[in-house]
Amino acid sequence: MANDKARIEFTKEMKKDYTIITPNMAPIHFELIKNVLESFGYHIDLLHTTGREIVDEGLKYVHNDTCYPALLSIGQMMHALHSGKYDLHKVALIMTQTGGGCRASNYIHLLRKALKKDGLDFIPVISLNLSGLESNSGFPITLPLLRRAIAALAYGDLLMLLKNQTKPYEVTPGESDGLVDRWTKELTKLFEQGKAFTQREVRQYFDEIAQSFAEVKRRDVKKTKVGVVGEIYVKYSPLANNHLENFLFEQGCETMVPGIVAFMIFKVDNRLEDIALYGGNPAKKQLCTLLKWYFTKYETDLIAAVKKHPQFTPPAPYRHLKELAGKVIGYGCKMGEGWLLTAEVMELIESGYENVVCTQPFGCLPNHIVGKGMIRKVKQVYPEANIVPIDYDPSATQVNQENRIKLMLAVARESA
Amino acid sequence: MKIGLDVGSTTLKCVVFDEVGTPVFQEYERHFSQIAEKASAMLSRIREKFPETDRAALCISGSAGMGLAEDLQIPFVQEVYATRTAVKAYLPEADVVIELGGEDAKILFLSGSMEVRMNGSCAGGTGAFVDQMATLLNITPDELNEISKTSERTYSIASRCGVFAKSDIQALLNQGAQKNDIALSILNAVVNQTIAGLAQGREIRGNVIYLGGPLTFLSELRGAFDRILGVKGICPENSLYYVAAGAAMAETSEEFDLAEITERIKNYSSSHRYQSSDALFQTEQEYEEFSARHAKDSIRTDASLLPGNIAYVGIDAGSTTLKATAINENEEIIFSQYLPNSGNPVPLVRAFLQSLYQKYPDIVIRSAASTGYGEEIIKNAFSLDMGVVETIAHFTAARKFEPQVDFIIDIGGQDIKCFKIKTGTIDNIFLNEACSSGCGSFLQTFAGALGYEMGEFAKCGLFADSPVDLGSRCTVFMNSSVKQAQKDGASIENISAGLSMSVVKNALYKVIRVTDAKSLGDHIVVQGGTFLNDAVLRAFEKEIGKNVTRPSVSGLMGAYGAALYAKQHETGENSTILTEDALASFTHEVRAITCNGCQNHCRLTVNTFANGSRYIAGNRCDKPLQKQSRTSQYNLYDYKRELLSSYAPCAGKRGTIGIPMGLNMFELYPFWYTFWTQLGFGVIHSPKSDRELYFRGQHTIPSDTVCYPAKLIHGHIEALLEQKPDAIFYPCMSYNLDEHKGDNHYNCPVVAYYPEVLDANIEALQETKFIYDYVGLHRRRDFPGKMCKILEQYFPGISEHEVKSAAQAAYAEYEAYMGRIRKKGKDFLALAKDQNLPVIILSGRPYHLDNEINHGIDKLICECGAVVVTEDSVSDMVEKFPTGVLNQWTYHSRLYCAAKFVADSGDKRVNLVQLVSFGCGVDAITGDEVRAILEDGGRIYTQIKIDEITNLGAVRIRLRSLFAALGLEKKE
Repeated sequence: MANDKARIEFTKEMKKDYTIITPNMAPIHFELIKNVLESFGYHIDLLHTTGREIVDEGLKYVHNDTCYPALLSIGQMMHALHSGKYDLHKVALIMTQTGGGCRASNYIHLLRKALKKDGLDFIPVISLNLSGLESNSGFPITLPLLRRAIAALAYGDLLMLLKNQTKPYEVTPGESDGLVDRWTKELTKLFEQGKAFTQREVRQYFDEIAQSFAEVKRRDVKKTKVGVVGEIYVKYSPLANNHLENFLFEQGCETMVPGIVAFMIFKVDNRLEDIALYGGNPAKKQLCTLLKWYFTKYETDLIAAVKKHPQFTPPAPYRHLKELAGKVIGYGCKMGEGWLLTAEVMELIESGYENVVCTQPFGCLPNHIVGKGMIRKVKQVYPEANIVPIDYDPSATQVNQENRIKLMLAVARESA
Repeated sequence: MKIGLDVGSTTLKCVVFDEVGTPVFQEYERHFSQIAEKASAMLSRIREKFPETDRAALCISGSAGMGLAEDLQIPFVQEVYATRTAVKAYLPEADVVIELGGEDAKILFLSGSMEVRMNGSCAGGTGAFVDQMATLLNITPDELNEISKTSERTYSIASRCGVFAKSDIQALLNQGAQKNDIALSILNAVVNQTIAGLAQGREIRGNVIYLGGPLTFLSELRGAFDRILGVKGICPENSLYYVAAGAAMAETSEEFDLAEITERIKNYSSSHRYQSSDALFQTEQEYEEFSARHAKDSIRTDASLLPGNIAYVGIDAGSTTLKATAINENEEIIFSQYLPNSGNPVPLVRAFLQSLYQKYPDIVIRSAASTGYGEEIIKNAFSLDMGVVETIAHFTAARKFEPQVDFIIDIGGQDIKCFKIKTGTIDNIFLNEACSSGCGSFLQTFAGALGYEMGEFAKCGLFADSPVDLGSRCTVFMNSSVKQAQKDGASIENISAGLSMSVVKNALYKVIRVTDAKSLGDHIVVQGGTFLNDAVLRAFEKEIGKNVTRPSVSGLMGAYGAALYAKQHETGENSTILTEDALASFTHEVRAITCNGCQNHCRLTVNTFANGSRYIAGNRCDKPLQKQSRTSQYNLYDYKRELLSSYAPCAGKRGTIGIPMGLNMFELYPFWYTFWTQLGFGVIHSPKSDRELYFRGQHTIPSDTVCYPAKLIHGHIEALLEQKPDAIFYPCMSYNLDEHKGDNHYNCPVVAYYPEVLDANIEALQETKFIYDYVGLHRRRDFPGKMCKILEQYFPGISEHEVKSAAQAAYAEYEAYMGRIRKKGKDFLALAKDQNLPVIILSGRPYHLDNEINHGIDKLICECGAVVVTEDSVSDMVEKFPTGVLNQWTYHSRLYCAAKFVADSGDKRVNLVQLVSFGCGVDAITGDEVRAILEDGGRIYTQIKIDEITNLGAVRIRLRSLFAALGLEKKE
């Protein structure tokens, strides 16, 4: 049992004047989530810091063999605490906790250890989890909060997808990025007013967003289509993946990065799958079924909105991903990104992104299985697959990573 | 005209084609990182050769050429791709291309579905690796190739990374193995690395082509590939120029004015910026003050014998150097030597002693001690009086300089040792793992690679204005960091300073893992040859923000400490050390034999000396030495292995089930054996693991960074397939059994899902029934029903009733098995208490029982005179308690319980040693937590990282230091 007694809770009083320092992962999504939380009265400071100092702080405070995401997000927060920008007695930290069988569930404890090493263990750390692992009276994870957070993630998925599919073709450079900014601001305003969360509104805004990107004037050029999958943090975070999306863009590629909503559905669905595989309580099943249904609604609406425009490739529904995974791997494989990662690779290949970068922190345990471990089987199903696994860690150099990606691209261009 | 320029990590190559595509010019040279100068000079030579050509198409390739090409907007083609283009043109029949370069290794599969592979960020087995190993043997790579022809036997050398291999080779050298045998073993290691790292499940067959420097120059390396792959590969003419030729043929090449582009390359200095740190010294004056401060920690090394002529000798046979000193009764050094050991310390020591006798004909040696890697062989060869653990030797010497010393850090040729001193005894020891030796030899290797001599190289960094920030990691990673820095235009001075800093950072953040310099101590002594470099010393002081003591004999401290130790432990009699006469007729013979004492079949080296004394090395147990420790029968690892082997292979009416003996099967075998036999099946298991078995499976390993226990399973499956069981059973298990000691009861992802990897990557498994469904033993009541459905797919017609009773028997057997282990553990603990014997709780995972994984560390501990018990034999005695981490894996909960057991025991005799497999991400978390639990109880934490390495030398030092620190070292 993790030591719960010693834990500093984030109380209701703290909510008033504490700043919650939040590490970054997926820039578009997290900006939106931040705005949702602020609409609930929290003071959020989403970190945008980058650079070697973050890594150095991480190396100092986290066991160097721990995965890179822990090292970076803890490094980012420690760096913020040391910046002198904050009143240390008026800040809290926040960290996600999945509760799965991989190391990620322990990040929060590593963060607490880091604080303790520094004598800062009076700072409350909020666990953001759906597993009931830890709770805080000042930060209740309520249904309305959850609903809005999910909506924000779905908006994030949509913006990321449309940006990736528009930016390489735009006639006026910067137009797609501008649209992302515009919508982030717009949605923030709507969130403040408690709007844009009902299904009717979500559908409406999804359509409007898709429409706005569809109106961007496009050049008729051919781009190499590249999919990016991987461990969730490294996949999205430019800090971790050395700005992979930018690099691919500069290399003349169109990228597809599968979204977060499918991952959320996957995490809920795992519990149902556990019950199917090993037996269990049907009451738990009802709640999970409900959540899954709820998440899937967003996914369905997102796909529908994208599908209206033939120039865009919509993501596949979770249901289809699961079907694909079943061809090569068991549904019980759930730690980390689990079978979903393998499924995403397959789905990307099916939708024309047969060049795939599989990103993972160096030594990532689940990716030994679902990433590198499955490449051979995936290639048996799709001989045209062109997959390159790339490891990220504090010392892996960009030149090495980019060289390997360039090799993948050279092969891609030849077969194109 | 078309020019292809290949800028590799160490060399520069060009190929020029004329208008009709005939090669008309080619050149090859080392560039020593002066890429712009060398490349422009090469182009100038092309212009001289073809004065009538003004314009030519140009394309660059090669890992070090990317930055240059990008900045000057010259077309670039990825090097593997370039190779392919050239191979397609010249060798259309090729099926597989193996290309080794200075720092890269690549395999191209051309026939069938085309695939290209290159080494990732973790990789040995390249030209640099061979160079490094040759340096270690003190020969050139060509000589290495030459002597390997006369090899008679090979040793297994870890092939995963240069650093591992180095520690294996070092051990072999120190044991007296022959250089020619080691040379061939090195070449084999390169082959194994290439297969393990790059083939990833795809077989190498058909027309195999060898390209690149190492494969061109080293005939025996090609031979090793041929032999191990069972093919006859070809190394075509011009095998060095394929990348350059491919670049010349690239469709993307563009035409340039030759004079103009040559000039542009010549004037090119990278516009990139690199991450830099503060200069080591801002001013000359700062350096002078620094030098003056350290000058006071000098002692003379040329004292003379005092009346009575009594002297003491200390010899430190280290990994790369030999240090020897003699002191007089005032503990002053009268004679000393510091020499590279060139692989064999014995003749060096002989020469040292002869010079000593010559210099002081009347010398009376009272006592002599040896320490370091070669402690045993030197002690035996020259009849020294005693050996001393190197940690103790260093502490003894450090105290001489700083009586209040509370922290010692020693950076030697190959290892980093740090110890904390509390109340006059060693309180905590940190040694570098085999993976992070950013030590002296590391600086040396880089100096060599950049064309410098070591001392000169380190010195040139002293006044660098903006040292490169290279981070802290192992040599292999550092290679590419340096490559990147070069690309970004860092000067040699700044790289040198950066490397010195990274040595320090590596020691501080990787080995000791400090977060706060204050925690190190107030009286710090730094020593070891590496600290003789002012740049390293300065970097250290800057990093911790404190001044430290560096004895002037920094490099001799081990030997000096050994001499002091010899003096402290003298008996009053004269030393047994060989006399001058005996030295004159000294001989040393080495024979290699295979021990047949047990199924380990260790390769032994038997050293015989003139006086008839023998020294045997390479053994994993005491058997060939024909002596036994009194605790050797109190080894719970042996007991567990015995228990497991009692489940004898058997036949059954319903068919035979094969079970691979690896990972969680080491614990669940009794369960599944009972389950299947109860159902009427026969059960067989794969044979014991060894290197052979590992090699048999290594070509199907998809991820070269997964832990060794997981990699071994591939071999087990191959071995099982040969026995042709009706089905192979190895289920996936997200969840383990719940022992109610933690918050959850998961398996780690690798244990949980490795069967998926096996099914996806071992082709031969498709031809047999492979049952790897997901099962949940944690839900005892649901298990029979779920299992019955699984069985239905493979062996229809087994009733749920049968499954239910088989399950019941299986659970009962599992509990009985665990009960026996716990009972035996308690017996051993009681017995140890009775006889006042030290106890080590050797904690790891069930699969650490495997001799191939633990390398006989359990036996080694027994040899040290301690009783060995396991974590799972004590964990049940501890109540569930709060931990600082999420306690969610069953095996790991046992670790925490075992640590708690030790912490609460209040018994100094009982201690914990944690075995950690390299690459085990989970243990990054458990290791810190186990340490925290132990240290809360005021106990010492010892972690031993294990991988494919078989070198027990470092482990032995660690364990002996632990016992010495506890005051429990076995008296000889």
